[in-house]
Amino acid sequence: MLYENVINVLYIDLATSRIEIKRRSDLFEFLGGVGVATKLLEETMRPELPPLAPEQPIVLAIGSISGIYPLVTKTVAMFISPLTGELGESYAGGRLALTLSMVGYDAVVIQGHAPRPSYITINGENIEIKDARAIWGMDSDTVGQFIRDHESGSGKRSIIRIGPAGEKKVHFASVCVDTYRHFGRLGLGAVMGSKNVKAIVVTGDKTTKIQSPKDYFRVYQSIFKSVTETDLMSKYHDLGTPINVEAINELGALPTKNLTENRFDRADQISGEAFVKNNLVRKMACTGCPVGCIHIGQFRRVFDEGYDYESVSVAYDYELIYALGTLLGISKTDEILYLIEAVEKTGLDAISTGVSLAWATESLMKGIVSEAETLLPLAFGDTTQYYKAIIYLANRENDFYNVLGEGTRAAGIKYGGEDFALQVAGNEIPGYHTGYGNLVGLNVGARHSHLCNAGYAVDQSIKVFDEDKAIDALFEEELERCVLNSLTICLFARKLYNRETVLKALKAVGYTLTDDDLTRIGQRIFATKLRIKEKLGFDPRQVELPKRFFETPTMHGKLDTSVVERMVEKYVKKCSILLKESVKL
Amino acid sequence: MKVLKAMQMNRCIGCLSCMITCASVNQQDHSILKSAIRIKTSGGLSGKFIAIVCQACQGDVPCAEVCPTGALAKRQGGGVTLDKDNCDGCQRCVTACTVDAIYFDPETKKPIVCKHCGVCARFCPHGCLQLTEGV
Repeated sequence: MLYENVINVLYIDLATSRIEIKRRSDLFEFLGGVGVATKLLEETMRPELPPLAPEQPIVLAIGSISGIYPLVTKTVAMFISPLTGELGESYAGGRLALTLSMVGYDAVVIQGHAPRPSYITINGENIEIKDARAIWGMDSDTVGQFIRDHESGSGKRSIIRIGPAGEKKVHFASVCVDTYRHFGRLGLGAVMGSKNVKAIVVTGDKTTKIQSPKDYFRVYQSIFKSVTETDLMSKYHDLGTPINVEAINELGALPTKNLTENRFDRADQISGEAFVKNNLVRKMACTGCPVGCIHIGQFRRVFDEGYDYESVSVAYDYELIYALGTLLGISKTDEILYLIEAVEKTGLDAISTGVSLAWATESLMKGIVSEAETLLPLAFGDTTQYYKAIIYLANRENDFYNVLGEGTRAAGIKYGGEDFALQVAGNEIPGYHTGYGNLVGLNVGARHSHLCNAGYAVDQSIKVFDEDKAIDALFEEELERCVLNSLTICLFARKLYNRETVLKALKAVGYTLTDDDLTRIGQRIFATKLRIKEKLGFDPRQVELPKRFFETPTMHGKLDTSVVERMVEKYVKKCSILLKESVKL
Repeated sequence: MKVLKAMQMNRCIGCLSCMITCASVNQQDHSILKSAIRIKTSGGLSGKFIAIVCQACQGDVPCAEVCPTGALAKRQGGGVTLDKDNCDGCQRCVTACTVDAIYFDPETKKPIVCKHCGVCARFCPHGCLQLTEGV
């Protein structure tokens, strides 16, 4: 809680409707955000049970300065991932962090299984589990509209919800947050679906007097100016993340057609500039962020004779253009937006969806699966078929889509074709085939995401490759991101929120921490995550990496399995040292 | 004297920096509920943003007209000034404002009224809000 060294945790048990609010000062040593969420996950998870067992928790958490400084806009969700079977961690922006801070909870823990389809409203101390039978089955856009009209609190609330894919427990179902943002990765949507929870509405009314108005506003203003008056954030505001399409393509690191290639010959047609020219209609922001990185693209399509048109607006980003564009061989911006609309409505993670369909396409081409199974003549570049396949995937249409909905790894194991199933430890890969930094980073990263340790950036920054230096860089970055994420700062602002700024921002609202304190907090969080992963039976040395990663050259040429193995071994050693030392923290 | 105008709301990204800074500077509070300007969406986030804020009425000023204690007085250039000590919290001004731009603060039992200081405009990243000479 702001100005207090205490963490307010709301516990909701769906099976018994029991609500409990605990003020926990013991959790303050984890600061907040991912720190508190990790600790709460460790306390409440049941490693002996499957990820979608009713007992497994969903933990949501914000940080101690959420909503009061620019770009401190994220909420972290932690859970056991049905996709990887281990640590699930995902971040979303939108209005959720601000409303959680205004409702007065630093963290929410949801356990159990509601007896009927339900949605949860959190409004001060008034927590209700309401009937969602009428809205069960709705797509995530429509359900948002109904709840907006049905519930009060317009302007000070956040609505998070799942689509049909979450209800059907597709292992990579996402959660939509306030229309344009998502808890995308690792299947939080399936966990919500498994609990019979369609949506959560958070409405906040709390006010908090500023204790040192001058100190606070001075720091607010200096951060705001760095955001708006320097070029630190311009990349994200101007073209947005799609600026990477051409950059990564030029490096020869853009996974194309299920990573049979590392460059897309029509990348210029789906570049950041191409989207601006063809589709960009507005930009939007998470609450408290003056950057406005959310790029909304619009396109129109004919649906009947007589000039009957409908228009569609969706948010686009680099990873979506990769997963639903280059990886599927699609070279028209309209068509990529069309597929984004399908994953939005059904409530699927865009990256995992694109990767799984790219695998299905190659499997069909190779005769590993038949059209009787895919139900569609999937082919690279054929958007119409992919649109239908997304609906089938969300609906678990037949045995094939049922298995594919458990993830690309599961499908590879069942049908064969594991060698070209683009996943690491069960999580479908993001769009950076840059080299050892990326591949090892995905393997050892706590949640197997490029955002754990930014291995792709390590690859891009090194001139002469050095295994030890790369390992040190991955390890240090993972630790530092534990600090940033304990404050739920948007990672786009990672350069802006250096240690000095973080300490100043905290001090102005009464938290006197030192640089060493932050280092210890980061170590404590990372060590806790490692303990969780161990309890869930994960060992990065056991991960089998698909051959495709070693066949298609990266920007640094072809990779060698023995180098990867050696690097993973070294990383594991660093982790054991941290775990031993963490006892003293 | 200058007055605040929401001139270019088409360009609004919904960051609410205006609300955060207004509440901080004018009410010394972290909550956006203390802001004298409010950004609303029509029909969810995919709709248009609108700014609910004092329109700087000139001549006959409805909220000042109904104020029984004279706490609200006409402001030069447009709008009103609030003398908190004179306000008895009757809320007539709240209902008198046609655009719903006066908020009643349940904690202080006084209205929150825009004073056209322009801090929101200073922190608007897209120039949607501007401090201009009275039109």
